[in-house]
Amino acid sequence: MIAEIGHFSLILALGVALAQTILPIWGAQQRDNTLMRIGAPAAQAQFCLLLLAFFGLMIAYVTSDFSLLNVFQNSHSAKPLLYKISGVWGNHEGSMLLWVLILALFGCAVAMFGRNLPPDLKANVLGVQGSISVAFLTFIVTTSNPFTRIDPAPFEGQGLNPILQDPALSFHPPFLYMGYVGFSMAFSFAVAALITGRVDPAWARWVRPWTLAAWMCLTLGIAMGSWWAYYELGWGGWWFWDPVENASFMPWLAGTALLHTALVMEKRDSLKVWTILLAILTFSLSLMGTFLVRSGVLTSVHAFAVDPERGVFILGIMVIFIGGALALFASRAQVLRQGGIFAPVSREGALVLNNLLISTACAAVFIGTLYPMALEAVTGAKISVGPPFFNATFGPLMVPLLIAMPFGPFLAWKRGDILGASQRLSVAAIVTMLVIIAAYAFSGSGPWLAPLGLGLGIWVIAGALSEIAFRVKMFKAPWDEVFRRLRNLPRAAYGTTTAHIGIGVMVLGIVATTTWQSEKILSLKPGQSASIAGYELKYMGVEPHKGANYSEQIALLVVSRGGEEVTRLFPSKRLYVAPKTATTEAGIHAAWTGDLYSVLGDELKDGAFAFRLYFNPLVRFIWIGTLIMFFGGLMSLTDRRLRVGAPKPARVGVRPAAAE
Amino acid sequence: MARIITLVLLVFIMVLPVTSVTAVEPDEILKDPALESRARDISLELRCLVCQNQSIDDSNAPLAKDLRVLVRERLIKGETNAQVIDFIVARYGEFVLLKPRFAMHTLLLWIATPLLLLIGMFVMYRSYKLRKGDARSRAAKGLSVKEQRELKKLLKET
Repeated sequence: MIAEIGHFSLILALGVALAQTILPIWGAQQRDNTLMRIGAPAAQAQFCLLLLAFFGLMIAYVTSDFSLLNVFQNSHSAKPLLYKISGVWGNHEGSMLLWVLILALFGCAVAMFGRNLPPDLKANVLGVQGSISVAFLTFIVTTSNPFTRIDPAPFEGQGLNPILQDPALSFHPPFLYMGYVGFSMAFSFAVAALITGRVDPAWARWVRPWTLAAWMCLTLGIAMGSWWAYYELGWGGWWFWDPVENASFMPWLAGTALLHTALVMEKRDSLKVWTILLAILTFSLSLMGTFLVRSGVLTSVHAFAVDPERGVFILGIMVIFIGGALALFASRAQVLRQGGIFAPVSREGALVLNNLLISTACAAVFIGTLYPMALEAVTGAKISVGPPFFNATFGPLMVPLLIAMPFGPFLAWKRGDILGASQRLSVAAIVTMLVIIAAYAFSGSGPWLAPLGLGLGIWVIAGALSEIAFRVKMFKAPWDEVFRRLRNLPRAAYGTTTAHIGIGVMVLGIVATTTWQSEKILSLKPGQSASIAGYELKYMGVEPHKGANYSEQIALLVVSRGGEEVTRLFPSKRLYVAPKTATTEAGIHAAWTGDLYSVLGDELKDGAFAFRLYFNPLVRFIWIGTLIMFFGGLMSLTDRRLRVGAPKPARVGVRPAAAE
Repeated sequence: MARIITLVLLVFIMVLPVTSVTAVEPDEILKDPALESRARDISLELRCLVCQNQSIDDSNAPLAKDLRVLVRERLIKGETNAQVIDFIVARYGEFVLLKPRFAMHTLLLWIATPLLLLIGMFVMYRSYKLRKGDARSRAAKGLSVKEQRELKKLLKET
């Protein structure tokens, strides 16, 4: 019964979305206020209906209602409750339902918070948002319906893939989708602006908070996936340039570029054409990511739907939306004449450079991900594009980006002073130099690039801090003046600094762990010891253990340093019952200097076990960095001036521009 | 290199081989550390053919193990890294390389990124020139008749 209510709501939501698409846009054309006003309640109704459908499915999962095909295929009665719930989106049908639910959530947000939007812009935005819903709801209802029943209902489900039964992974898809789908906001606003023909700073003021919120969620979502891979997959890697990772990374890159260029548009009414194009491209990449992941065109573990019907459907959606938006862009771009002019060396110029490098990097990922498929389709030749390619193309673009990053905030709008900026960064430069020299001194014969990489991270952090120090006249003005300035600095300024520091911290982690990782692969008998990175690990033996839906072998390693016991590690191997799958659980000891990471391997002939031991220096900085970036975004989002619909601040004095 | 992120997806591969994730095993490791480190470098650039998107260094599939052993055998025979890779490519095709070779059919793949960077720089330069020209010609022309009329109107209002 509950499933039927869910099913019914789902279909009803499609009808509502259809109304939300047609009526407001038509109303905007006819200048009919009544029709335009239908958009908001329709968006709210659509969200409520989808929420009902989603909860319907969730109840079916929680109560293990195996009369639903989807629940039967993806759940099991012995599964812990958390994974019964996360199982809802741990499969194709359910995750598509989550996709449209989040889409509707964003539409609903426009309806509720967009009271002071110009009515025709709001109507068009809701209409475009509704049309995306129509496309994906049709897709769900016709090809991927989660409410399909089976008769007779089986007694037991087939279970969720055990490696997905993990807390971090349970929340990874919702965050990822909040990001991915959140960019639909920028898309809808861009298309609406092209329809109404008005693109002004107010537009950017509206789009920026939404894009920022989506970007934050995507950052967190990607970080969670990477964190999960790190500890669950058992070889201490954290990023693999897998096509599915790339599918979420490309919208992130484009979204990052969009955040920066929207700033130029908001403050200087410049770069309109590019900003609108980028808004369209960012969501297009999200759509493409959905297509890549959902259609099964990728030869990757992730591509599971080998059903071409679905692939062709999403491809159709993608072609219509991207093609339509780009055609509209081509025909209306001339309306968007450029506003303010600026010199190459200026805040705008720095942000253009940021966009050039990030967009090119995004293109590199795009080409590397799609080229093998395209080549195979055209010539039949099969090639692989793996990490070495991305390291060679993506990596070099990041170096100038990181070097230039601290300069940006120091340059004034319109015309900047590069010499002045360099002087203000001299302390940061000296700190960076000292760190590089120290790193060379300590690392000895290590890879010669590594200290430079560390220097890059320090440079970004010190540069970001210098900006705040300069703006509050640290060490130049009396302390009470400094504190007054610190208080008055807009939150957005702190947000920028914090996010940039996050990047620097992440760079430190990446450089340290990729260049100074140590590894030992060996076999140990009970009582034998191994040493790595100053730790002494004594293997005590293996014990069998039984979990809720798996059995496992747990090894005990006693870790000591300088004769004193530090901790005990329990790397294990699990064998899940349904479906029958083996996983490894790494034993990890985290310290500030790095992670001691141990993996239990197979039993060898002589009663010994194989072990893989790693020491990953500063590896946690990677995820700490992403968290810092997230909080930077959060700080900006709470800035009054960015808050949706907030009137312009009357405050004079401390302005975001560096020129004081 | 097949793990991660939109993990949602993993879900459907119900038929994972029931083995552990050990990849390189202790008994494979060569005594000579220099040779072993070369073997590892090579392994990282070769794809495991049965497990999609994993290097043979990370993979626990039997075929990956065979390849790792093969790489080490060739190295012991005194072959260079390039010779070993050539031998494997001759046997298994170019698909085995995680870093595609620079050739006609991968030309676009390799040059696209630098090319796009150059094009981007050119567009930046052009639009800067254009904007500068625009601003200059506008400044040279002064206000149009219509603009002067608007200005007058505005001045009167205040």
